[in-house]
Amino acid sequence: MLWYTGKRLLQMIPVFFGATFLIYFMVFSLPGDPIAALYGERPPSDAVIAQIRAEYNLDKPFLVQYLLYIGNFFQGDLGTTYSGRSVSDVMASAFPITARLAMLALAFEAFFGILVGLIAGLRKGKLFDASALVVSLLLISVPTFVIGFVLQFVFGVQLGWARTTVSGAAPIDELILPALVLASVSFAYIVRLTRASVSDNLNADFVRTATAKGLSRPRVVTVHVLRNSLVPVITFLGVDIGSLMVGAIVTEGIFNINGVGGTVFKAIRLGEGPTVVSFIAVMVVIFVLANLLVDLLYAALDPRIRYAK
Amino acid sequence: MTQLVTETVNKTPPAGSEPLLEVRDLEVGFRTQRGIVPAVRGVSLTLYPGQTLAIVGESGSGKTTTAQAIIKLLAGTGQVTGGQILFEGRDLTILNATDMQAVRGREIGYVPQDPMSNLNPVWNIGFQVSEAIKANSGLRGKPVRARTIEVLQEAGLADAADRLKQYPHQFSGGMRQRVLIGIGLSARPKLLIADEPTSALDVTVQRQILDHLATLTRDYGTSVLFITHDLGLAAERAEQLVVMYKGKIVESGPSQEILANPQHPYTQRLVAAAPSLASRRIQAKKNEDGPATEIFSAGGTDTALIQRATDRELAASGKDLISVEGITKMYRIRKSGLRFDELLAVNDVSFGVKKGTTTAIVGESGSGKSTVAKLILQLEGLTSGRIEFEGRDVAGLKGRELLNFRRRVQPVFQDPYGSLDPQYNVGNTIAEPLLAHKVGTKRERQKRVLQLLDQVSLPASTQFRYPSELSGGQRQRIAIARALALKPDVLVLDEAVSALDVLVQGQILNLLTELQTDLGLTYLFITHDLAVVRLVADNVCVMQKGRIVEASSTDDVFDNPREVYTQELLAAIPGANFEFGR
Repeated sequence: MLWYTGKRLLQMIPVFFGATFLIYFMVFSLPGDPIAALYGERPPSDAVIAQIRAEYNLDKPFLVQYLLYIGNFFQGDLGTTYSGRSVSDVMASAFPITARLAMLALAFEAFFGILVGLIAGLRKGKLFDASALVVSLLLISVPTFVIGFVLQFVFGVQLGWARTTVSGAAPIDELILPALVLASVSFAYIVRLTRASVSDNLNADFVRTATAKGLSRPRVVTVHVLRNSLVPVITFLGVDIGSLMVGAIVTEGIFNINGVGGTVFKAIRLGEGPTVVSFIAVMVVIFVLANLLVDLLYAALDPRIRYAK
Repeated sequence: MTQLVTETVNKTPPAGSEPLLEVRDLEVGFRTQRGIVPAVRGVSLTLYPGQTLAIVGESGSGKTTTAQAIIKLLAGTGQVTGGQILFEGRDLTILNATDMQAVRGREIGYVPQDPMSNLNPVWNIGFQVSEAIKANSGLRGKPVRARTIEVLQEAGLADAADRLKQYPHQFSGGMRQRVLIGIGLSARPKLLIADEPTSALDVTVQRQILDHLATLTRDYGTSVLFITHDLGLAAERAEQLVVMYKGKIVESGPSQEILANPQHPYTQRLVAAAPSLASRRIQAKKNEDGPATEIFSAGGTDTALIQRATDRELAASGKDLISVEGITKMYRIRKSGLRFDELLAVNDVSFGVKKGTTTAIVGESGSGKSTVAKLILQLEGLTSGRIEFEGRDVAGLKGRELLNFRRRVQPVFQDPYGSLDPQYNVGNTIAEPLLAHKVGTKRERQKRVLQLLDQVSLPASTQFRYPSELSGGQRQRIAIARALALKPDVLVLDEAVSALDVLVQGQILNLLTELQTDLGLTYLFITHDLAVVRLVADNVCVMQKGRIVEASSTDDVFDNPREVYTQELLAAIPGANFEFGR
């Protein structure tokens, strides 16, 4: 197991370099001049432009730019944004907010998704099951921004239970509504996944044998049905940690949250190479770590899976 | 009929005891969109304390449904629609869930059919046994562990203490079945329902397990309700027999009587189809006047025997079609870290197969018999040795030559459920090898499909059906038709009839014999079932741990087994010692 974990961690090195290189190349190839875009209608003098270009290494060839960036990256200097803030500063303010939002959303979707999925799976074909299927289908097919605006309008404007926008520090209680919106689609998938898995396992031979042992129904369901059904759900959740952490541009946009999604979106529009690449690099690392976590959890849940290599 | 059943069983009640289990006019149905489909129709049986009663029947006869109705574990939409199940005078059919929970495990133990799927793969063995103990005894803490070890040791796992933390996949099939028997008997129930407890196991393991089960139940005075499709096994293990057919009891009474003198036509067919040591090779004689072929089983006619003997002599003088010389297959199994274990799956095996004959390779699981089949089919590479087909080394075959070889040597596998694509209709499945080898036009291929269906005695309309709509026997016929599509010379039959009921098995064996005579096929028959070997094979190779321990003609092996291992295998055939009334 240690061997396997170590190997997976080592695999992150080529993934890191490959991803940063590609992203850097893509940002470099974006059409338009970032400096010109920064100043808009009134371009500064050529001398100033040349100075800015030199400051941000924009005058050097692509490969040199990339190597300089990587060199600085490993010295802890992630570069500066065009507005003069250091990228590490921006990260330090954006990532905690997104992390809070993502964890909250993850908790919601995992708890309610598994609960609703379990009940639906146990009562397959009954009213609860049918309604759960309809609701989940609705959540999957309606775009997130529609769900976001509807919830914002109902709970924020009409009922006044929650703030319609989130303040700069983004405390947990203000993030509940955005987290529900963010969790909605994954919740629907988890309901369906759990339901299918539970109803499959319910017919398994070992469940019948467990009942024949004289175990109570609740025990059979929690010990023999639920644990076996969680394996595919955990896989989904793990991949979802990744996608939630890398930000939710739409949800953050609706509730005006200064998280990762919004920041990266802005940086891409401005062509801020170092900002985009630094954020993406961190995201890649998070993604790889989340996947590793899933694989390890997988082995913990299903003893048949052992990573020997 | 009901009246008759009660009477016959009542003939031998142990003196002065009340029946432990009395099933009266039980009706069980499965709810479908077209209403309730009956599965058990008016079944009555009586079981006294300490007795063993076996329910025998083919799949779909309702024997398992009857057993599941008794402990209220009917699958899916099944429900009891009539009758009573009296257990110590209490009607189980009207008990609520909580009361039934108290009966299960504590009063009625259950040993399920398939040890592979009946233990939860994600919990360790100790947990799954102790769970049953906690549920039925009220024990908590340390004593539970002690009792768990005790239960497993009683079930025949001597090293139970060290293996509690291991998971089901780390146990062999036989070991898992011991665990399940341990669980079933852990609370010393008065009744144990054993639903085909050994049908997934090798014969020698089966015998050990059933002997052990018999000892335990005798010691504890447990009554056993034994469900099986194997008549020989039932007769050997139970004093009372109940034969079920299509949801009804057709015959019941003391085992010996039923076997010696079956009354009902169905029982007579079952008895006749049961392969045993007494049977002889099925002989097929080609009828000169027409395409029809007559089948003579159990002795056959003299002319057929003579014909067969002449054929065999002719074949014996010729060269081997397949000749295997000193083949070895080594697998490397990765252990923790970088270490490897080497497993000799096949160790220096040599034999020859003459054209038009059947050679059986017999052995238990893990003996390497299936690996030999894979090596001959060129599905795995040799570690060393030589396989010749018509005098040519097949190891180096590549491209077109390999394709031609595959065309002439075709496999039929064990699992008719697993080896047919559920999304492909039968016609496409049979035509696929023709397509893969680019044989004929679309119209010709279609004609060939119909011809093949006819050869395996299936109606032409079968071509439009899907595997899920067919029975196991029909599916195996399709697998055979598919294998015959390219007009091969050799069929490698890997446990091709092992998953089938006795009657269906008999039909398929007849079909194979018929096809062999008609088409001059050569068979390599891989099986664990010696009784089947006697019915089809000319020569036998007995394999144990990767080696051939005995190889001779079928009659030689059965009449004068030289090796101890072969003798053990022969002795383990269920019902081997019974004289079947034929």
